[in-house]
Amino acid sequence: MTLFDAIVAPGFFANGPVQTALLVGGGAAVISAAIGVFTVIRGQSFAGHALADVSSAGGSLAFLVGFAPLWGFLGIAALAAMALEAVGLRRARERDLATGVVFGAGLGLTALLLHFAIATRSSSGAAISVMFGSIFAIPSGVVLPALAVGAGGLILLGAIWRPLLLASLHPDLAAARGIRVPLVGLLHLLVLSLAVTLSAMTVGAILSTALLVGPAAAAVRLTRSAGQAVLLAAGLGLVACWGGILLAYDSYGWTPGRPWPVSFFIVSLIFALYLLSGLRRPARLREA
Amino acid sequence: MTDPMATLDVEQLSVAFPGRPVLRDVSFSLRPGEFCGLIGSNGSGKTTLLRTILGLQAPSAGTVRIGGHSGAGRRGLMGYVPQKIGFETEMPLRARDVVALGLDGARLGLSFPSRVRTRKVEEMLEAVDAQAFADQRISDLSGGQQQRILIAHAMIRRPKLLLLDEPLANLDVAAVADIVHLLHWFAHEEGITILVSAHDMNPLLGVMDRIVYLAQGRAATGRTEEVVRTEVLSRLYGHHIDVIRVHGRVLVVAAGAADEIPIAMERHPVHVCEIP
Repeated sequence: MTLFDAIVAPGFFANGPVQTALLVGGGAAVISAAIGVFTVIRGQSFAGHALADVSSAGGSLAFLVGFAPLWGFLGIAALAAMALEAVGLRRARERDLATGVVFGAGLGLTALLLHFAIATRSSSGAAISVMFGSIFAIPSGVVLPALAVGAGGLILLGAIWRPLLLASLHPDLAAARGIRVPLVGLLHLLVLSLAVTLSAMTVGAILSTALLVGPAAAAVRLTRSAGQAVLLAAGLGLVACWGGILLAYDSYGWTPGRPWPVSFFIVSLIFALYLLSGLRRPARLREA
Repeated sequence: MTDPMATLDVEQLSVAFPGRPVLRDVSFSLRPGEFCGLIGSNGSGKTTLLRTILGLQAPSAGTVRIGGHSGAGRRGLMGYVPQKIGFETEMPLRARDVVALGLDGARLGLSFPSRVRTRKVEEMLEAVDAQAFADQRISDLSGGQQQRILIAHAMIRRPKLLLLDEPLANLDVAAVADIVHLLHWFAHEEGITILVSAHDMNPLLGVMDRIVYLAQGRAATGRTEEVVRTEVLSRLYGHHIDVIRVHGRVLVVAAGAADEIPIAMERHPVHVCEIP
């Protein structure tokens, strides 16, 4: 038995659900990390978390009515993004309060929808699936739409790259140049909702913040330019996501018949990478 | 009344927030290369006046013309350095990236390196003497260095008018002198019209051609030597102000209890400047 076999359990790459998980999880990791860099710079990680939690209502609705969770998560997350920007509170404190109240309401709705879903469709796994993800249960037909959602998010992010950077630096600097700052803010939240949708399917609605903020926060610590930060964050996100899928697959052999949840591995790897990023920081040259 | 030579022409400008007038009937004009201090206490409307000139705040009456343009067409003629831009949190953005965003930050799509772009950014970094720290992250720079970079950001498109909102606040004495010297150079050598707001006029006394003084929503304006006089300033501030001239240097001090002076000097270092 070679070292490779010891790490990668036999049949890993040939396994259909694993292939689907690698593709959808990889897409989720890349788009989350990329937009996450801006979310971190703008100090909106709480809004990102709220979007994910509110989107769980869409996931539960999908279980109840019986359509693909992708569209449930996506629809509700996009609506919530527009609501957040429409509230348009300028002061960070007010914004946090409004966000907190809205996401509480969203989770309450999720509780109700899940209650009906479990009662009427006897889908008892729905709650775990919506909250903590079910990456190995994603039907292979979802791969293409999921990757299209991720690619769409990346294209939109690329389009608003410079105005978003300028508005994140200082809203007045952007406004003085004729940039419509509220529109840029809304587009940021829309890309965020695409990212959150994919990561909700991967690690679940509750844990998607980890995929959004973790790799981005580590990358922001270590890099000097936004482009570098996005590339590094995407790399770290992929390492955590694919590493987590591999470990979860391996865990089938650790406690036979009862594999450990993928979300646990992915989130733990992100946490470890974030801690490691604190060890090595770019040399801060002395101030004049 | 309109001065055909004026870079900036503010005519009977009034601004009101809901239920609260902020500026009433403010008029003044600035010529090319003129260095103007916008002086007033906190809350006197300095930021509102600058934002209205920029077009970020709609006036309730009056007009703003820059180089004869009053609509959105005036936007490209202005550079702006906003108030207290604190980069406390880590920003993955080098100083040179911030300058480059001044050039094409409003464009859609990713930016790709081009020779012209690099050259313009280099020239601007050189003009503000920021090449030594151009590759450091903006959030790792000192307050004075950040101010230089923001001035470069505002100047890279070669505006006719540069507006700065309290650029000297929270800087140490040496950095204040550096920034004042840099702004003076842009006005004198490049003919840029400069409007800079400050609550303390002392650091600007040696370089200011003109003063716009704001109080109770009204503006008083005049050439520096007309305004910086004991009787004029005392009337404007509603408090006795001494203008002290020693060997051709000018110093503005508020008459107060003697024991307040050391504290005041520590917070707002008094600058003694040459009147040109």
